[in-house]
This record gives sequence, C-alpha cells and structure tokens, in this order.
Amino acid sequence: MNKLIEAKNISFSYQYGESIFENVNFNIEKGEVLCILGPNGTGKTTLIKCLNGLNNVSNGEINIKGKSIKQYSFKEISKIIGYIPQQHTPTFPFNVFDVVLMGRSPYINLTESPKEEDIKITEKALKTLGIYNMKDKEYTNLSGGERQLVFLARVMAQGTEVLILDEPTSHLDFGNQIRFLEIIEKLAKSGLAVIMSSHFPDHAFSSSTKVAIMKNKSFIDFGKPNDVVTEENLKKAYNIDIKLLELDNRKVCVPIKHI
Amino acid sequence: MKNKEVYKIPVIIFLPIILFFVSFLIGRYPISPVEVVMTLLSPIFPEFTISSTITSIVFDIRLPRIIAAILVGASLSIAGAAFQGIFRNPLVSPDLLGVSNGAGFGASLAILASSSNVIIQILAFVFGIISVSITYLISKSYKSGGILVLVLSGVAISAFFYALISGAKFIADPYDKLPQITYWLMGSLSSVTLEKILMIMIPIAIGIGILLFLRWHLNILSMGDEEAQSLGIHPEKFRLITILASTLVTSAAVSISGIIGWVGLVVPHITRMIVGPDNRILLPASLSVGASFLLLMDNLSRTLNAIEIPLGILTAIIGVPIFLLLLRKGYSEWS
Repeated sequence: MNKLIEAKNISFSYQYGESIFENVNFNIEKGEVLCILGPNGTGKTTLIKCLNGLNNVSNGEINIKGKSIKQYSFKEISKIIGYIPQQHTPTFPFNVFDVVLMGRSPYINLTESPKEEDIKITEKALKTLGIYNMKDKEYTNLSGGERQLVFLARVMAQGTEVLILDEPTSHLDFGNQIRFLEIIEKLAKSGLAVIMSSHFPDHAFSSSTKVAIMKNKSFIDFGKPNDVVTEENLKKAYNIDIKLLELDNRKVCVPIKHI
Repeated sequence: MKNKEVYKIPVIIFLPIILFFVSFLIGRYPISPVEVVMTLLSPIFPEFTISSTITSIVFDIRLPRIIAAILVGASLSIAGAAFQGIFRNPLVSPDLLGVSNGAGFGASLAILASSSNVIIQILAFVFGIISVSITYLISKSYKSGGILVLVLSGVAISAFFYALISGAKFIADPYDKLPQITYWLMGSLSSVTLEKILMIMIPIAIGIGILLFLRWHLNILSMGDEEAQSLGIHPEKFRLITILASTLVTSAAVSISGIIGWVGLVVPHITRMIVGPDNRILLPASLSVGASFLLLMDNLSRTLNAIEIPLGILTAIIGVPIFLLLLRKGYSEWS
C-alpha cells in the first residue's frame, strides 16, 4: 500500500490518431526516483502528463495512493503531485516571490487570496533552495538555471508527495544539471517520490533508484539502474554504440563514434 | 521596488476622488468648488442649497455623466485586465470575443425599430452577451477548442455582427436613424441619465465583485492551462467564469456609452507598468486608473469644442499615442 503512483497497462492515443504508447506498467513508492529515458518523440512527455491528469489514458488504469485517478479532482491531485513542465512560456513579469506563492493554490479557495501561513511556507521554500535573495526579481529576467530553481521552490511550497519533472535539466548548463540533480536526490531522501524524464543516461546512475527505457511505444526495460542501463539497451534505444565505463564505483556512458 | 510603491497606492486611490470633484467645475456654466461641495451636501443639509439652477446642473446634468464615466471607465479597464490575464496576452481588449459589435447591433436594431432609450440600452446589453455566448459555444463545439480557437471564433463573430451593423445602417433612414446609429457607435455619455445608470449598477457590481474575488487565481491562469491545472485549478471552468463576469460588466458599460475603444487595452497596460503584474493589486488599481482616465476624457469631450466630440473618437485619438509611447518605453518586458 506504499505505492504512491501505480500505472497498470496504460495506453494513450489521440482521438483519431495513432497510439503514442501501449501497455506501460510501473509504480513508484516514497523516496524513489524514477528516471525515464528514451529518444525524442517516444512519448515520454505524453506519459508523464497522464500521471497527474493533464492527459487522460485511453486504456488501463492509474492509481494514486491506491485510488483511481478518475476519482480525484484537479485540486486533490495537485495536493499530492507537483509538476514542472519542460517548457514554460512567460507572459507577465511576476516577481519570484509571487511565482513561488502560486504553489499554495491548492490550499486557497477560489474566492480567497493567500494568507500569512502561505507567505511563511513560500519564504521557507525560497530559503531551502537558497534563492530567498532573489524574491523581488522578475522571474522573466532569470537565467534558465535560476528559473528552474524558482519552479522547484513553487512545487515545494505546494507540499506534494510526488514530484513530476519533464526533462528538468535540458535547459541547464553542465554544473547546474549536477546541482539540480543533487537537490532532487536530497528531496527524495526526505521522502518525496520523483518521476523525471531525461536525455542523459548518466543521470540514471547518479540520482535514480529506478529506470525505465522507453522506445517504440512501450518500456523496453524497467528496474534498477545497474540492470536496465546496459550497453545493449542503450543501443536499442538510441541506435548508436555506447560503452559503459566504471569510474570511482560509478558507471558513465560514453558514445562510440561512428565512422 | 517595494519602497517606490508606497506613494503609488494613495495616488491611485485619491486620483479618481479628486477628479470626481474637479469634474463638477468643468462646463459651460461656471460653478465654484465651494458651491459644488455645498450643493452635493444639500440633500442632507437643505440649508446649503444655493440656487435651483445650480442644484439642477450639479445633480441632473453633471453628476450622471461623472458617475457614468467612472463606471464605464472602471468596467472596461477591469474587464480588460482580466481578459489579458486569462488569454495570457497583454494586447487583448475586453471586446476580444465580440461584445462591442454585438452590443452595437442590438442598439442598431432598437434604433431601427424607433424604440425608446431604455430599449436601446437593454438590447445593446442583451446582444453583447449573446455575441459572446455564440463565440464561446462555437469554440466549445470543436474538439481541440483551446484559447486560440476561442479567440478566432471571437474575431469571426465580431466580424459577423459588424456586417449586421452595416446592414442595419444600409436600410436605416439616412436623415434620422442613420445618424443616430452612427453616433451611438462612436460612443458618448451625453444622453446618460440617473435611471440609465441605476439599470447598469447591478450587473456591473456583480461582475466586478466576481473578478475581484478571483483576482489572485488569475495570476495562476496566466501561467498557462497545464500549469494552472497542476496547481489545482480547472482552467476551462475558471476561464468561463471570468468571461461571464467580464462580459456582464462590459455589456452593461457599453449599453450606456456606446462603443468606446482603447480604454480596456491601454488602461490595464498603464496600470501594470505602475503597480506590476500581480492581479491582486492590478485589478483594483485598474478600476481606479480606468475611472480617472475616462473621466478625464469625458471632461475633454464636453469642453474642447462647442459641439461635443464623441468619447470613442477621443479615447482612440489620445489612447493610441499613449499606447505607442508605452510600447516604446516598456514593452521589452514581454519580448
């Protein structure tokens, strides 16, 4: 009964279009980090959006804390699952504090505004991530790395048990990628369950407890990083030769050049 | 930022109040400030009455116009600010979904049928709401109905009602009804009475009340539908409530003023530059700035020339350069 999210045989297809993925099974528990790998266009984002109700699965069942996702309202889901999209198109130059404060939305009635308590929680989230000093800056003027931290603070203010991140590191520089993953690892140790998609197999080793490789509309493998991220599976997924090297007790993936 | 805002709030609150009193001084018949204050207090203290002429000018002529300008300006501005939030676009105006042309057609119909002023106002109000309803229902009938489909149906329905207005003008009596329709479409507050104002008070109060209640959550919707949903808001429902409230307010305003452009676009813009994008402050501030702006415009419209300049022409002539100036100064924020 510890399963926070359980996907049973789920499939997704557009109304009149082709199916995106079929018969996907997995589950995630408290403290786990699931990394979903796979080439562009395999449906990682579509899958991820099914988990918090942004998309509706065509077949199969998703259970959140043992109850079908269909029995939850958007508000109830948003108290359990936080989400950071892959892309964000800013419209208005809100300041950082106001953006993080939006994380309190599930707890604030439609006709009300945030209260003292919400402001305290927001301040705490900003301090935890070390970005309290930029609270009055416009979030539209931040760098990609800073903005990602702002969104992370927003999900923390949301106080959820599960965190869904869609390619969270794709707009970050090398150093910020690692720093971001370290924060994710810390959050997982504190009890959060994290599901993220990624383009970097190395990330699966450095911060995940479970890995899924998605290819041709389904998971071709799912399990512990050491069992799943193999030279064979990576070749299947990306169609290039990849060598796994051992470095200080950790594996790294190195692509072999085609001639 | 925070320190600079300290003086902004009182200015925004007191600006319409000061303009309210100043507006009584403006007009063909000179009245002094003391006379204005005394006359305004005379219903409570009858001994303050100066003369029946002044009482009549203050209460029957100037007061209705001043209240109307405040109501219409505040309404168009808050609706504009709300629309800019839900459509995630700072260049949107409250007639995006066809309310103005719908109302214009309703008024034209009533004028063609030689109806009374009250009927003109009612038909304008009703057709404003009908046109937005058609726009919304059409966009819902498409499976992929997102914001873009809604906006495009708005453009289509707006154009459709514009064609109907042209049709009404075409068959109208050119010596009597055609000028009346044309004049209505230019927008003016010259025929406003206290009865007309009382009629629009209720829809405007309801609409503004709803928008003010929802104002913090507007911030969240302006981050996009998916993010709003992941933060627990039903984007479709929320947008529908906001559209309903804004349409109520805009239709009511347009029904007494005719079509007054640019206010709903320029005022939220100016206000956002003064107080920032947070809708908790932006919405109430838009009310105040909008009321002041239209009051100022209406004062100009009745004093610049011996014959009144229609308000809609003035708001465009003055609103467009202001808008272009703002673009130059501050648009980099949205680039």
